[in-house]
Amino acid sequence: MSGISLADAHAVRTGRSGFSRPQLIGIAVMTALVAAAPFLLYPVFVMNVLCSALFACAFNLMIGYVGLLSFGHAAFFGMGAYLSAYAAKNWGFDAELSILLGGAVGGVLGLILGSIAIRRQGIYFAMITLALGELVYFACVQLPFTGGEDGIQQVPRPPLFYAIDLNNDLAMYFVVAAVFLGGFLLIHRIVHSPFGQVLKSIRENEPRATSLGYRTNDYKVIAFTLSAALAGIAGGTKALVFGIATLTDVSSGTSGQVVLMSLLGGLGTIFGPAMGALVVKAMENYLAPFGAWVTVTQGAIFVICVLAFRRGIIGELGAALRLPL
Amino acid sequence: MNPFDVFSDWFMRLWHIPAVAWLSQLVLGLQNGAFYAMLSLGLAVIFGMLNIINFAHGALFMMGAFVTWMLANYIGIGYFPALILAPLIVAAFGLVLERTLISRLYGLDHLYGLLLTFGLALIIEGLFRNTYGSSGLPYSPPGALQGATNLGFMYMPNYRGWVVFVALVVCLATWFLIEKTSLGATLRAATENAALVRAFGVNVPRLITLTYAGGVGLAALAGVLAAPIYSVNPNMGSQVINTVFAVVVIGGMGSILGSVITGFMLGVIEGLTKVALPQFSGAVVFAFMIVVLLVQPRGLFGKAA
Amino acid sequence: MNVKRRALLASAAAAAALPLRRGRAQGKPGIKIGVLNDQSGTYRDVTGPLSVACARQAVDELGDIGFPVEVVVGDHQNKPDIGASIARQWFDRDGVDMILDVPTSSVALAVANIAKEKNKAYVNSGGATPDLTGAQCNPQTVHWTYDTYMLARSTGGATVKNGGDTWFFITANYVFGQQLQRDTSRFVTQGGGKVLGAAIYPFPETTDFSSFLLQAQSSGAKVVGLANAGGDTVNCVKQAHEFGLTAGGVKLAALLGSLQVVDSLTLDVAQGLLITESFYWDLNDRTRAFTKRLEVRTGGVPCNAVQAGCYGGTIHYLKAVRAIGVDKARDGAAVIAQMKAMPTDDDAFGKGRIREDGRNLCPAYLFEVKKPSESKGRWDYYNLIATTSGEDAAPPLADEHCPMVKS
Repeated sequence: MSGISLADAHAVRTGRSGFSRPQLIGIAVMTALVAAAPFLLYPVFVMNVLCSALFACAFNLMIGYVGLLSFGHAAFFGMGAYLSAYAAKNWGFDAELSILLGGAVGGVLGLILGSIAIRRQGIYFAMITLALGELVYFACVQLPFTGGEDGIQQVPRPPLFYAIDLNNDLAMYFVVAAVFLGGFLLIHRIVHSPFGQVLKSIRENEPRATSLGYRTNDYKVIAFTLSAALAGIAGGTKALVFGIATLTDVSSGTSGQVVLMSLLGGLGTIFGPAMGALVVKAMENYLAPFGAWVTVTQGAIFVICVLAFRRGIIGELGAALRLPL
Repeated sequence: MNPFDVFSDWFMRLWHIPAVAWLSQLVLGLQNGAFYAMLSLGLAVIFGMLNIINFAHGALFMMGAFVTWMLANYIGIGYFPALILAPLIVAAFGLVLERTLISRLYGLDHLYGLLLTFGLALIIEGLFRNTYGSSGLPYSPPGALQGATNLGFMYMPNYRGWVVFVALVVCLATWFLIEKTSLGATLRAATENAALVRAFGVNVPRLITLTYAGGVGLAALAGVLAAPIYSVNPNMGSQVINTVFAVVVIGGMGSILGSVITGFMLGVIEGLTKVALPQFSGAVVFAFMIVVLLVQPRGLFGKAA
Repeated sequence: MNVKRRALLASAAAAAALPLRRGRAQGKPGIKIGVLNDQSGTYRDVTGPLSVACARQAVDELGDIGFPVEVVVGDHQNKPDIGASIARQWFDRDGVDMILDVPTSSVALAVANIAKEKNKAYVNSGGATPDLTGAQCNPQTVHWTYDTYMLARSTGGATVKNGGDTWFFITANYVFGQQLQRDTSRFVTQGGGKVLGAAIYPFPETTDFSSFLLQAQSSGAKVVGLANAGGDTVNCVKQAHEFGLTAGGVKLAALLGSLQVVDSLTLDVAQGLLITESFYWDLNDRTRAFTKRLEVRTGGVPCNAVQAGCYGGTIHYLKAVRAIGVDKARDGAAVIAQMKAMPTDDDAFGKGRIREDGRNLCPAYLFEVKKPSESKGRWDYYNLIATTSGEDAAPPLADEHCPMVKS
């Protein structure tokens, strides 16, 4: 049953920068939107969207470009959030160090769990990541530093570079925006590097990649580690924005949500995960007064997506415009 | 709690547990295992025949319990008729799901089936929560099965014995049907090579639809059995579904006998952990699953790769 | 158990009637109350829509108080981060002046921190943690209905006095469960009782409690304390009945129980269960009158203590706003100070006062669930067996370590 990959393989013609012209336009539009958003919308909401968007982009690196579905990605997001919050609150780290620490923790955990998980493929990979994610969750419930059910609360927003005060939402916003855009471009760079091309060849035909002399497992572990590190950065940033890191961030619900975002936006597309994050978070936000209908709506979106537009919003748009977005 | 405390705590507990307690926990483990076995059996049948990972299985289990409650409260139909009726009703619902939604995914990657059924589970649970709240609805075991028997080492509710009995009968019957009858042989052939079986004049799509309905019926039957033990509430499915998945994976995806044996086995392992180290009884199944997957990728009873 | 469709229609009709009143008072600056609780998960029935109905009831009963009042609703799904982000958005963007209810301790504390940061009023009814008025107290918070100290003192203390002197706990492995077990153990030992053991189970992934119940049974304890909540409590009681614990003379104490829990168990299974609440609809003439008025909104379903707390808290908050004026009431600390300065008086909780740490001093009642033969109908479930005064039911100020209170 292998061979049918989730992402459509776009024939991408790219320039020197690794971007095709429509993608460059897309990135310009996105940057403009990100810059304008805090003046039009509630900044804290947009920051939440950006953190989730980075998380989804990191997740997409695995599913979209290596073809491996991780059902335990919340482990990296959540541990990043915990460590970043803990460092900011108890060790007095400033913002960039806290966030980087979150990324480092995500990466190290990704390296460990990744080297266990990549030994299996397809559905077994998904199941083993699910189980590993559950174990990390149980560990977080037990470990004293996570604060159990309460989580780590009242995390102060540390200054940036020990100088710039981030207590103003707008100041914090531009830090988050920078982190997001940086992560976004980094992922794009990875995908279009020679390393990224090997990843894609593994997705398309692993035995052939092996026969060409690539040690495919090493490539997969490195990709998993990068994805986990970026997820950790996203989690760490979110923890500083909200001043709180909790079990929600490591729970399987968060793992499921990131799948939903990527699927909805379009697996294997550049802008898809960010778009998916926007839609899912907006729904969570604006449907909040309707209680259990949120679950029903989310479920319905899953169903409609799978049945009617498997390529997701951006994927379908790209197909309609014949552009690789 | 630091690791040393955990260890010493565990050691002290093991040391102090009398044999009688072990024995009674073994019996309780078998009872929980009966639910795992029935649920994972349905999942295994569906996966084996349709190649669909049915994430909605927990929600359908919950529906089985709710339909039982509705039969009793809206039209006064008791437990024993519900034992047959509720699975049939839920299976009919499954039939509709398969025809209208799931059948569109055959030939696509596993992951789409998983995502679709995950979405279905969210919808079903959300709707029940909106209608019936979350505290749970009461349902009593039938008069004939109330009371308890003294086993010498423990006081065993008769109803729990009944659950183990029904589960064993149903699991064996399903295994027999699929492995030993001509209908089962056709089914297995259809999964291997649908085109060939169709050439023999068998209506393969209908066979597949009925298989899905059958798997769903098994989940619903487990729901009926669960109704008098657990409170009938919309969350009851999502609480067990992850463990049941682990059971199927450990047993070997699609292996029928494997999922039944693993179901009972994990019930017992989990039960014993509950005495020795209760905080970790939730994690033990997943730890076990990782070890099995690494050592024996196809599961304990799966066919060799 | 659920709020029937009729009830929803009734509250929808009531909600539709609201804009009329608001229309009359148009132009005047109003007050916005945000009910933040569980609308979709485990605690939906014990807080949820009924808490909202109680808040709206309070607004309607006060009638025209000189400024319009609007009630909005949010679902925090029992997750602190979701609760925190809704609270932040309500205060920052939507002009909410007071947040009400907030069950689940972790969310309750998260919202308290935001109320403090934004200097907005916060009346908690659903949260159980004594930290709200203890180590994490702040001048913007009132804790209305109960805390683990009250539950532990009432259930633990009074039960030992009535002869239930050996205990075994079945405890959910999270902060709330452990706190409840620790506090109750203290009152049991203080009263001369003995704690024989505890089984701590993983939360929330446990549905079968028979293993823990057998451990409780073999300990020989007279009372089994259930340090958990919601569906877990229901399953524990149900399975204890199944395994013949209660028939064998063991008393069960649901340390956090409510009327809805009993209703979903049925009296046959729940009889003899011990539960502490600070409100019961059939307590006295005033509570009966209040319940009668509320019935229009809920289709005959009476509310529990947490939901009644949303009624009492809203009444008292709006009276305080009236006293200092809407403009001054935008200042959370000011309106909460006014709430502390005025004595409380409403039909659900009677007369009382709010202590300087923010704790509302309401009495705790220990109830025993009736036998089916004693009950006169649905919702007639409780026999009152002991009362702890409001002063005694709250943790002593000296032990609380609330930084606002100079001891």
